[in-house]
Amino acid sequence: MTDDLHGVVVAHGAIAPALVESVEEITGVRGVLVPVSNSGCDRGRLEERILAAVGDRRAVVFVDMPSGSCLFAAARRLASHPGVKLVTGVNLAMLVDFVFHRDLTVELAAERAADTGSRAISQR
Amino acid sequence: MTLTVCRIDDRLIHGQVVVGWGRPFEIERIVLVDDEVAASEFERELYRMAVPEQMALEFLTVAEATARLPALAEARDRVLVLTGSIPVMAALARSHPELVRQINVGAVHDGPGRREYARYVYLSEQELATLLGLVDLGIKVRAQDLPEARAISVAGWKPTR
Repeated sequence: MTDDLHGVVVAHGAIAPALVESVEEITGVRGVLVPVSNSGCDRGRLEERILAAVGDRRAVVFVDMPSGSCLFAAARRLASHPGVKLVTGVNLAMLVDFVFHRDLTVELAAERAADTGSRAISQR
Repeated sequence: MTLTVCRIDDRLIHGQVVVGWGRPFEIERIVLVDDEVAASEFERELYRMAVPEQMALEFLTVAEATARLPALAEARDRVLVLTGSIPVMAALARSHPELVRQINVGAVHDGPGRREYARYVYLSEQELATLLGLVDLGIKVRAQDLPEARAISVAGWKPTR
C-alpha cells in the first residue's frame, strides 16, 4: 500500500474534469487526480464534494482562481485539515509535474506545484 | 433613494456578483448580510480576497443590516446588498419595503424539499411562499443570474400544491 499524495482539482464548470482527463492522456497516470466541479452547488454542497474527494488521505487541492466559490469552499473546510495544502491558479503544467512527484511531503509538493505552474506562464 | 441591487445568492461573494453585477451596475460597495460570516474573521478575510480594492465591503449581521439599510440607501455610493438565503433578504425587505424595491434571485441551488423554478433557482414551498409574500408587498422579485439574462418574474410562479 502506498502513502503517495493524491490531488483534487476544484474548478468552475467543466474545467476540472477536462484538466484531469488531459493529464491522464498526457502522462498515462490515472486515478491520482480527482475532479470536483462547482456546478449546481451551493457552498455547503461544494464543501461536501471537496471533503469526499480528499477523504482521509494526504492531498494537494488545486483550485482554479485565487478567490471565488471554489477557493472559499476548499479553504473553509480544509484550512486546518492535516495533510492537505491548497494551491490556486491550477494549470496543466503543474498537474502533469505533480503526478510524478507524489512521494514528496504535502508541503513540498504544494510548493513545487505552485512554482511549476508559475513558470509555465510567460509571454513571447 | 433605494439600494442599487439586492441579491440572493447562496454562494455569497463570487465572480457573478463582483464582476457580473458589479461592473455593469458600477457597484462601489457590497454589503454581505450573513450572521455566520459576520462572526468569523477567517471567513471575512476569505471574502475580502474576492473583492477588488476599489470596492468597499461590509459584513453585517441581519440585525445590523436592518438598522443600517436607511443609511446605505442614502449613501452616495452604489450599493449591492447580498444575502445567502431567502429568509434573510425577506427580513430586510419587510423591515424597509420602501428601500428594497427590487430583489434579484440570483442563485438558490438544489437541496432537500426544493424543486426547480429556473436553471439556477430551486425553492421549497415555504421559500416560494416567502417570495410571493414580498411580491404582495409591491416588491419586484425577479430571478436573473446575470444582467444580460432574461429576468423572470417570480410573481407568475405557482406552488406545486
